[in-house]
This record gives sequence, C-alpha cells and structure tokens, in this order.
Amino acid sequence: MSIPLPKIRFRDPQIEMAHGAGGKASRRLVEGLFAPLLFGSSTEPLGDAAHINLNGTCVAITADSFVVKPLRFPGGSIGELAVNGTVNDLAVSGARAQALVVTYVLESGLPTEILEAEVRAMAKAAERAGVSIAGGDTKVVEHGKADRMYITTAGIGLPIPGIALSAASVRPGDKVLLSGPIGDHGITILLARGDLELEADLCSDTRSVLPLVEALARAAATGIRWMRDPTRGGVATSLNELARDCGLGVLLSEDKIPMRDTVRGACELLGLDPLHIANEGQFLAIIAAEHADAALEALKGTPGGHEAVIIGEMCEQPAGTVLGATSYGGTRVIDMLVGDPLPRIC
Amino acid sequence: MKFVDEFREPGVIGKASGEIRRLADPKRHYRFMEVCGGHTHAIYRFGLKDLLPSNIELVHGPGCPVCVLPMGRIDDGLSMAQDPNVIFTAFGDMMRVPGTNGSPLEHKARGMDVRIIYSPSDALKLAQKNPDKHVMFFAIGFETTAPSTALTLIRAKELGLSNFSVFSNHVTIIPAIRAILDSPDMRIDAFIGPGHVSTVIGCRPYEWIAKNEGKPIVVSGFEPVDVLQSIVMLLQQLQAGEAKVENQYKRVVPWEGSRPALRAMAEVFELRPYFEWRGMGFISQSALSIRDSYAQWDAEKRFQVPGVRVTDPKAAQCGEVLKGVLKPVQCKLFGKECTPERPVGALMVSSEGSCAAYFNYEHRKAAVLTSIGAAV
Amino acid sequence: MCLAIPAKIVELFPEEQNRALIEVAGVRRHIDTSLLADDPPKTGDWVLIHVGFAMSKISEEQALDQIQTLTMLGEQEAAIQEVQGYGLGET
Repeated sequence: MSIPLPKIRFRDPQIEMAHGAGGKASRRLVEGLFAPLLFGSSTEPLGDAAHINLNGTCVAITADSFVVKPLRFPGGSIGELAVNGTVNDLAVSGARAQALVVTYVLESGLPTEILEAEVRAMAKAAERAGVSIAGGDTKVVEHGKADRMYITTAGIGLPIPGIALSAASVRPGDKVLLSGPIGDHGITILLARGDLELEADLCSDTRSVLPLVEALARAAATGIRWMRDPTRGGVATSLNELARDCGLGVLLSEDKIPMRDTVRGACELLGLDPLHIANEGQFLAIIAAEHADAALEALKGTPGGHEAVIIGEMCEQPAGTVLGATSYGGTRVIDMLVGDPLPRIC
Repeated sequence: MKFVDEFREPGVIGKASGEIRRLADPKRHYRFMEVCGGHTHAIYRFGLKDLLPSNIELVHGPGCPVCVLPMGRIDDGLSMAQDPNVIFTAFGDMMRVPGTNGSPLEHKARGMDVRIIYSPSDALKLAQKNPDKHVMFFAIGFETTAPSTALTLIRAKELGLSNFSVFSNHVTIIPAIRAILDSPDMRIDAFIGPGHVSTVIGCRPYEWIAKNEGKPIVVSGFEPVDVLQSIVMLLQQLQAGEAKVENQYKRVVPWEGSRPALRAMAEVFELRPYFEWRGMGFISQSALSIRDSYAQWDAEKRFQVPGVRVTDPKAAQCGEVLKGVLKPVQCKLFGKECTPERPVGALMVSSEGSCAAYFNYEHRKAAVLTSIGAAV
Repeated sequence: MCLAIPAKIVELFPEEQNRALIEVAGVRRHIDTSLLADDPPKTGDWVLIHVGFAMSKISEEQALDQIQTLTMLGEQEAAIQEVQGYGLGET
C-alpha cells in the first residue's frame, strides 16, 4: 500500500516578508506548501475560517496572528485587532464568534504596563464584540527575538442560520457590496510608524463587523453568496482571490469606491493604490442582484454601515480578473498586491 | 484635491479624446513615445488607451530610473551595506528590485539594516540620529530627483556630517532619448516629453529633437487631461507638418527650468564619461557622479565597490521594446520566464516599466476587451 | 519617472528659511523649499512636491487657461459640426 505523495509546488528558497503580506507570495506559500501537506485532498478554496462538522453540529473555526508596529496607533491597538480580526474572520465565513483563546508571545523586557494595556484592550473589544475569551497561553522569548509582543487568537463560532457561502455559488450579475470607506487602517499604520514623517487626522477602522454581517443576513440571507474582510492586500487582493476561485470577472466602478480624503491624499503622495491598502473593519459581500437593494438598505440602516455602497458587479468575462472602470470610459486591470505596499517616488 | 480633480474631470477628458479622434488621420499609424515612466503609469492607471483610436500606439520610453539601472549597481550598493555598521536607505521603488542575490527587501529579511525613506533629507536625519552608524543613501532618479540629492549633500557638508554617504545612480534623460533616436530601427513619430524632469531642465534641452530630428515633442503633465491634451498638440503639429517643442504643462513647468535646482546639481555632480543602462548598453555622458569636493560623502569613494557587471540576459529584448520595434508581448520571455514577480529584463522590474505595466494591465485586458465592451 | 503632486503651503518658519509645512488632502509634511529660492513661496501658495522638496510653484492662471482651452476646443468642434449639419445634411 502506498499513499500518494502530496504535490509540493512551493519553490521559493526562503521565507521573505512578502510571504506574510497577503498577496501573491502568501498565496503561493499556502497553496503550494500548506494545503497539500496539511489540508489533504480538500479542493475547497481557502477561506478565512473553516466550517467543520462535529458529531452533527457545524462549527466554524479560525486562527490569526497579529504582528503590528507600532503596538498602539490612532483608533486601536494590537489587542483590539487580535479580537476583532478573529471575530471578523468568523463573521465573513458566515459564523458568529462564541469563544476565543489567545496566545501571547512576549519579548523579555516588555514593560508590564504595555502588556496590561493590551490585555485591557482585548477584554474591552471582546465585550463589545459579544465573545468570551476562554483561555490561552503565554511564551516569553529573549530580548530582541520578538518585536515587543505578538498575539495569536483562535476562535470558534456557530453558523449564522440561513447563510451558505461559497465562491462557487457566485453568478454573473451578482453585485459587489462594500461596507464602508477603504484604507483607513493601512494608512494609519503607515503614518503611525513615523518613517515617512507624514501626519494626518486618521484612525484605524478596527471593529467587529459582526453586527453588520448579521443585519445583512436578516435582510438577504439566501442572496449572500460570498464574503471576505479585505485585510492585508486590500480590496484588490480579496476580489482577485474571488475572481480566481469562482472563475468569473469582477467589474468595479472606480469612482464609487468610498475613501476618505486623507487616505486618498496619502495614497497620491506615496504612489500607493488604495485598493491594496489593508482594512480591519470593512468587508466585501457578493449579493445576488435581486437581493442587492435590500442588502444595501440593511447595511445603511445599521450603526456603522451608513457608508456602505455597491461598487461593482460580477461578469462572465474577463474570467479570473478584476477590472476597474472609470466614469470617463477608461478601464484598467486591478491586480493582486505583490508583497507589501511600498511608497514610491517614480 | 485641487490641481488634480479638475484634470480628471470626465467632461474635459471626453472633449480632449473627441479632439484626438477628429485630428487623427485614419489612414495613418501613429507611434508616440512617452519618455517618462510616470506617463506610462498614468496611461495604465487611468485606462487612457481605451480613449484613443486604435491607430495611435503609445510606446513606453526609458524614463524609469529603476528599470534602466543595471543589476550590478544594485549588487554594488548592497555589498557596501554588508557592513553591519551601515544602514542602507533607498526609496520604496528600489526595495523589490532584484540583485544577483536578491532584492534589498530580501536582504532586509536576512538581517541587513534596510530602511525605506520618502526623501533624501530623511536619510540625512537618520544619520544625525544614529551617530555611531553610517547611513548610505542609494540614490536613483533623473533630473527631477537629482537636485534633492544634491541639496542633501550640500547640507551634509555644511553640517560636517561624517556618517552619511550617497551612492549616486542618477541618470540624465537627454542622452537616453538621443540613443533611441540614433538607433537605426527607431520607429517613433513624436514624443510626449517628461513633465517633472522639465521643471528642472526646462524645455530648451529638447530643441534638437524638433530641429535636427524633425520630431515633435510636447512636455506633458501626468493627469488624464494632460496626457490627452499633449496627444492633441502632437497631432496638430503632425497635421501642420511642424516639429517643435511645446509646453502643455505650463502650470508647473517654466520654459527655462529651475535655476536653483540646476545650481545645486552643478555644485555637487559632474557627468560620468559613460554609464551602463539596462537594456540599452553604455551611453556616454548619461549619468551623474559626485564631484571630488564632496568625495567624503561619495559612497563609491568611501567604500570598496566591487564594480559588479551583470550582463543583460541575451534572450530578453528590452532594447527593441524600448525603441518601439517590438511590443512587450512580442518578446520571447514576456510572461513566461519574465514576470513582475521574477523579472529577467529591465522593463519588467518596476511597475512603471513598460513590460510590467503591460503585463499587469494590457495583456490580460486585450484578451477580454471585446467581451466587456458592452459592460463598460 | 517621477511622482510629484500638488500641495498647499500651510505654514512657513521664519527661523528656518527653507522649510515649509504642506498639506495634501489633510496629509501634512515638512518639506524643503530651497529650490524655490529665486521666488520664495508664501503661505497659501500651491507647489509641486517630489521626494520632500518643492519643485516649482503651480500657476492657477495657467491651470484655468488650460481647462478653458480644452473646453473651447470641444465647443468649437460642436459648433462646426452643427454648421456642417445644417449645410450638408442630406447630400
């Protein structure tokens, strides 16, 4: 008896920063190395969370690690991200988070007050998101072996009734719904690092999107085909993943994509594409055309959802591609992000 | 955003593109080279090709400082920064450009102290903040960027800052245009001139292109309206049988350029006898080195520079693409061995290199444009 | 080849001649204005920024002029078409 050897397609000689940046390199790593060795013969496209069956009960499970510099930034901190990020990964998989477990990797020498502030931030975020923190673990590494602190959270959730999401269910004509303005988190972090010496009144958008997802589920449950929170790699990367997974095209109206002036200004100044910038409190949903108006109204009527907008639609062609159209008739292909967004001068 | 939004206004864009359609002779094929990579970027980002009739072909020129930098220079720069006491600083544009043993970003992941900066003056500040380290700035750019490096070096000298140096890879645009025009298989009808370079050098340095070579050139801004208006102006010249230098970007570019910028450059830099351009070979007097009076801040004089030479891969046809002889997709390596993630040739290196731009946008779009015609 | 964008000068510093605070859609940065030495900028002026340096002043007059030229181009064309329409319509 011989077990067929899993096919490893990952050929990069070493791990680079880009492998963690949520773009093409990340995808190569996950699909070329992790999936064949860890996820067996599953051919399901890789989502943010997995729904598994335990003795007849379906549960959703996910885990995420948080590495951010600086630890605190306008509008949030690593602790808050660690709770909201995992709650959101479950939410966009169609599940309500029930409990989280947390692992801290702490650098020796970390002032207690910094740790305490983050633990408090987590407690507060968990209360706000309506999820309990059920346990965890702590490791301390030598000074210089970690950037002050890393947090990993794993979450378990129960499916929101009536929702069945998959890229395969997406059809041409479905609408692309975005919950609010893009780029706040990524640009806030970029500015908070201080290297670029730019200042702006801007806050991270970190929050639990669960209330919005639940409102959407009440208004258009069977019309929701697919959801994703466009964190690293931004809206462009999430939609490219969708386009690839469902074999359809995505046509965006670029002028409709909401963004704050400061985000736009920073992107113009630094030569960045706002569609590549990370978000921590927004999500994308693909909605069947006949449910789209109800879905949009439901989001707009929910606190924190008033800036929701339909930004485009799914189309037969160009298959596997995201296309942006401007109001004056120009189109461009919107690609996935390759590595981290870097400011450019050219 | 003022001075931005009004130049992206659909009504004005529509009028400009209508005028282009009216002026373009349907019996003729036009090849216009946009010299500057910034224009290439704008053309793709705003989908401007969709607004042009199919007989106007835009050929992407050599004005991408990252693309034309030979791999050996990157290796040289990184080799200086092997010293753990050195902080390697560069613009974000350089970070993913591959050297023989990886890009600056890959070296950073392996432990090299590599910092992305927004301004050369930030590199200088970093040196002031880290007196026990040496801060090396890997300088790239055409005449737009060279004055800022020059002013930073002047400042370093005034401060007597001993832990700062610049590895100059500054290049000049005129010799590159000359090399293209001198090439026997050149097929360009007219030029969209580099707007931001011209804020420094002005419009006079292009006069020979019109007078001696008989090619119209319009110095152009970077917004959709600017690029389209420049094409209108080129078509008007061609229709009238003229060849002159015109300035479309008058709101920003003074005809005479910037005297303070040229003064700063002359103070710090001198022309190298020759310099290698990726995809184009050696071009005489096409790059700037740091004068002896600033030798103390010249990384090439302070450090052992190996002088690495990496020959362009033979199969890559960057030169032909640059001259407009081949379209990117006609190169043997395009999209196969040579992709933006793993570039072989110069023009795939930076997102504004013509092959990378073509790969990211055009070549996938071309295959599907007909099917979305109705939707857009 | 060079990313440069328009910014408004919001503050000048008498003690530091060549420094200015600029703003682009609410994003602020200190920049160097040495390259404008021949015609120093005032607060409220618009300048073109590249790698933290002001490259040149932006002329509002020229910008308006440009937009106007383009708008008129289109109108002239429409007028010509209209005239042609009347004269040669059915021939």
